Amino acid sequence: MSYQPTVSQLIHLADNALILGHRLSEWCGHGPALEQDIALSNIALDYVGAARNWYQLAANQINSLQDKAAFPLNAQGEATEDTLAYLRDAFDFKNFLLLELPNGDWAVTTLRLLLSASYQQLLLQQLSTNEHADVAAIAAKSLKEVTYHVRWSEDWVKRLGDGTDESHQRLQAAYHELWPYIGEFWENKLALPIDIASMQAQWLAKINQVFEASHLPQGVLPTWHQTGGTEGIHTEHLGYILAEMQFLQRAYPNAEW
Amino acid sequence: MEQMLSPEAQHFQEKIDKEIKIEPKDWMPEKYRHTLIRQISQHAHSEIIGMLPEGNWITRAPSLKRKAILLAKVQDEAGHGLYLYAAAETLGISRDEMYHQLHTGKAKYSSIFNYPTLTWADMGVVGWLVDGAAIMNQVPLCRTSYGPYARAMVRICKEESFHQRQGFDSLLVLSKGTPGQRRMLQDAINRWWWPSLMMFGPTDDASPNTVQSMQWKIKRFTNDELRQKFVDVCAEQVKLLGCTLPDPDLKWNAERGHYDFGAINWQEFWNVVSGNGPCNKERIEARRKAWDNGAWVREAASAYASKQQAKQAVAAA
Repeated sequence: MSYQPTVSQLIHLADNALILGHRLSEWCGHGPALEQDIALSNIALDYVGAARNWYQLAANQINSLQDKAAFPLNAQGEATEDTLAYLRDAFDFKNFLLLELPNGDWAVTTLRLLLSASYQQLLLQQLSTNEHADVAAIAAKSLKEVTYHVRWSEDWVKRLGDGTDESHQRLQAAYHELWPYIGEFWENKLALPIDIASMQAQWLAKINQVFEASHLPQGVLPTWHQTGGTEGIHTEHLGYILAEMQFLQRAYPNAEW
Repeated sequence: MEQMLSPEAQHFQEKIDKEIKIEPKDWMPEKYRHTLIRQISQHAHSEIIGMLPEGNWITRAPSLKRKAILLAKVQDEAGHGLYLYAAAETLGISRDEMYHQLHTGKAKYSSIFNYPTLTWADMGVVGWLVDGAAIMNQVPLCRTSYGPYARAMVRICKEESFHQRQGFDSLLVLSKGTPGQRRMLQDAINRWWWPSLMMFGPTDDASPNTVQSMQWKIKRFTNDELRQKFVDVCAEQVKLLGCTLPDPDLKWNAERGHYDFGAINWQEFWNVVSGNGPCNKERIEARRKAWDNGAWVREAASAYASKQQAKQAVAAA
């Protein structure tokens, strides 16, 4: 039987992209240098674009269901990319906790992107050869973008790790803050059609190669980690993201924009 | 009164008169250089400061499509800042020096960005009126006499026209929307109309730099000429939105072939220019904070670059 992505899987992929894109877009106008401001806005745009693609696919799937009552719908009774992004509460979001954490400083922002994009790259490589044509097409498009995100964030992590004492200390602090959240990558609670074991080994090898160049100790997979995102149990931060992001759709229901 | 020009100055003015572009290595009067540094850096700063009021709504954009458009637009502004700083650098000033002038209040930027963006409709109105006024000011600059500035402006104007269309398009959607959306739209027009008219600068009789700038073809039209053109265009466009401009004196004058319009509050203009606008302090503070918080990042990047260079030198030896 051929693979059909579940709505939950698609929403998970979309939420990851949207929430990380949201966080990165908060840097717009406030970056440490104009060139980096532009680069980061570009990356944020890639994620917003990817979120739209996954949400659209999820919406198509929902709209083909007999009973759509479990999902937010627009005035015409249809699910759309916007009803999914703007009309769900936090417990229906399925993104990884890592991605909703505040941006912190440049070290937290770039290290989080490296950790996430390196995982995404491996995930999308597998999905891009998926037998489901739409999944494969979206994954292939995002893969090109994410490959650049890995390179960009890797370069920054190395610069910070082997830059000044201060930047090294900040990178180390970022590592301690973020590392407890990486375990969610490997749970695969939504049963995406991927080979987790091989991804995990490749991911860790990649990250440790960057850590070595950054004079950071080698990372080991934590025996205990923060979890809950894919099941809708989030950090306190997500509620504020949604309050901000969804404000207009909530204050002016059923309006066109 | 005829002034005696040096042979260099005479040659320079001849080039200007023949519409030959002045390039970075060409001789130029010091005052020409300074005027351009002031104008281009002000323009660059305006792009960078201008990212803030619009950036204010990126995380609250009401649909994913609008979010992507707005993010791309603000990113374009950063790109414009970059080309303009690069153009100013050809005149012998560094980007860091220009930033310093901005952060210490020595350099100005377009006063319009000292007004707050209070609702989503402000995004569209900024696109329509503020970008619209900017385009009117900037299109003639594509033919300005200084080559690097003119070339930067060609690219900028293309992107700005696109922004203006997007802005107006989002307003058309609001104008056909719910009563709440239409109210939001009219409110935004009311707040942005007069500050947009001020974007053309003081009236001609109060604009000290205009005569020389026209002679050097840095400027091609006077402030009042451009302002009138803007009023004439907007007075028609606002009808498409089913809204009004907040000026009881706005009236078509068949004899002049232009719209007459009411008196601009120049007291407000000069107050905002001199630092008393609603957001002057926040805007500069936001930029200063971004710069100061980024100091350790820039230091790390340059320390890393030197280490890499040293390693390469060792490897090559």
